Amino acid sequence: MNSQTATPTPRPTTAIGPAGAMVEVPLYRLAHGRTGDKGDISNISVIAWREELFPILMAQLTEEAVGSWFAPRRPARVTRYPIASIAAFNFVIEGVLDGGVNDALNLDTHGKALSFHLLDFPVLVTPELAASLPDVHHP
Amino acid sequence: MDTFKAGCAAGFSGDRIDGVEPVVKTLIDEGGHALIFETLAERTLALAQLARNQDPDAGYEPLLADMLRPCLGDCLRHGIRIVSNFGQANPPAAARRIRGLATELGLRAPRIAVLGGDRLDRPEQLDYLRGALPDGIDTGRIVCINAYQGAQEIADALRAGADIVVAGRVADPSLVVGPAMAHYGWSADDWPALATATMAGHLLECGTQVTGGYFAVPGLKDVPDMHRLGFPIAELGRDGGIVIGKARNTGGRVDAQTVKEQLLYEVHDPAAYLTPDVTADIGQVRVTPIGPDRVRVDGVRGHARPATLKANVFVHGGWLAEAEISYAGLQAEARARLAADIVRRRLGNTLRLRVDLIGALSILADDGGEMLSAHPHGTGRDIRLRMAAAHADRGTAERLLREMNALYTCGPAGGGGVRTSIKPRLNSISVLVPRDLAPASWSFLA
Repeated sequence: MNSQTATPTPRPTTAIGPAGAMVEVPLYRLAHGRTGDKGDISNISVIAWREELFPILMAQLTEEAVGSWFAPRRPARVTRYPIASIAAFNFVIEGVLDGGVNDALNLDTHGKALSFHLLDFPVLVTPELAASLPDVHHP
Repeated sequence: MDTFKAGCAAGFSGDRIDGVEPVVKTLIDEGGHALIFETLAERTLALAQLARNQDPDAGYEPLLADMLRPCLGDCLRHGIRIVSNFGQANPPAAARRIRGLATELGLRAPRIAVLGGDRLDRPEQLDYLRGALPDGIDTGRIVCINAYQGAQEIADALRAGADIVVAGRVADPSLVVGPAMAHYGWSADDWPALATATMAGHLLECGTQVTGGYFAVPGLKDVPDMHRLGFPIAELGRDGGIVIGKARNTGGRVDAQTVKEQLLYEVHDPAAYLTPDVTADIGQVRVTPIGPDRVRVDGVRGHARPATLKANVFVHGGWLAEAEISYAGLQAEARARLAADIVRRRLGNTLRLRVDLIGALSILADDGGEMLSAHPHGTGRDIRLRMAAAHADRGTAERLLREMNALYTCGPAGGGGVRTSIKPRLNSISVLVPRDLAPASWSFLA
């Protein structure tokens, strides 16, 4: 969506506000997920790596926030379905596929890659929590 | 009664065909009952119909014989029923091919059931659909209309002794619900049982997507031995629990993460997953690892099935033209942008053009090009320009290909590797139809 999110390397963890307050981490450190499609509707699952991360996502990964994150693709509507029993959310994003496999001119008409855009969404957490989250391991 | 077990050996038409042997071997060792192949994505059926229009004996899964050759004998010997939508647009022809294959292999003649009723082409069906379709759909361009049928006829055919059930359009999870109904004697309104079986079918229907396919991110979500991923096996207890596992001695992984991702794949409202058989509700589902590559799924709830059936209407949708050219080294991205600008100016408003700078910005961009316009000009040194356009008229769409090809001599310096393609497009519209407009049926192959 922009030059920052098109970069495959993880964003550095940067402090914002007063030192020691909160830090920004990409969503993939709190959750995993995948994309499915039906027509011009994309659904993206967001599954917390650990149960205690679910409330953080509930507070920050709102329908409005996800809608803004995908704004360049002009979604008509975003609906969030929380499923607390598996610490997961299902996001249903309508009108985000430029017409889907029917009409889109994109290479990825299914929008298979869209979950990886969402997984770069910035989430604010405490530095202590950030230190405990999984991250890409470079051998 | 023993626990129902079903394996899946294909998740789409075009899937690997060498996954079936480990699945069948595991089913034999563990006393399995059914083997499914899911080969019918929405669009696949329309392509199959076009193939059938050319040849009345075609229109079923092109790899049918290759899929079944390694497993047909074992399945017949061990009572493992084969249930699949590999009949696509021509289930009777697929059934005849399977009978021929059994003869070639020196096997006993299998009892093959053929499902029907999914294809809507009778005058009263078309009259109804003309009223139900949105304005602007040219009914003269319809390729095919098919309703999603359910599990009842699959179960009936199996109860009557079918070894193999050949379907066209049925809901993917019904491929598992049908044999489970036949196994346990469930009635068609046992909503909790049907809902659980539906989610078992949902977890199996994409093949390896629940066993480590479509999952790996190196360094974060690693999957062992992806070159030999195991296909999945589901156990479905009478008690309302599902256990997902995979074929023995294969690669891949089955754990809470792979199962949760597939559980929500292509789901909208988790409390109302609609199929012809039931309304399944996973709003309170639980996912629990119970052993190596074994995950229990329970807490699925079921409600009455929808009153209507979903039908897909496919119409001819004109032509898709795509072309690419590469630039490398000094000012590569600038040269690719210049090339795109030249083509735009040559074509004017004739075609709506999509521009991708592969290596700088492509997949995440929008068709309207707003993101690309806002994207700062970079200094990419290995860029492939892709342009795409669609048009009802083939000749008009082909103008893009000619302009891209002409960039060899008339474009920026050092452009190479032009590839062009033009393909017919199919558009689909989904409509809901009353059940009595599209009655399902089945019969044994005569």
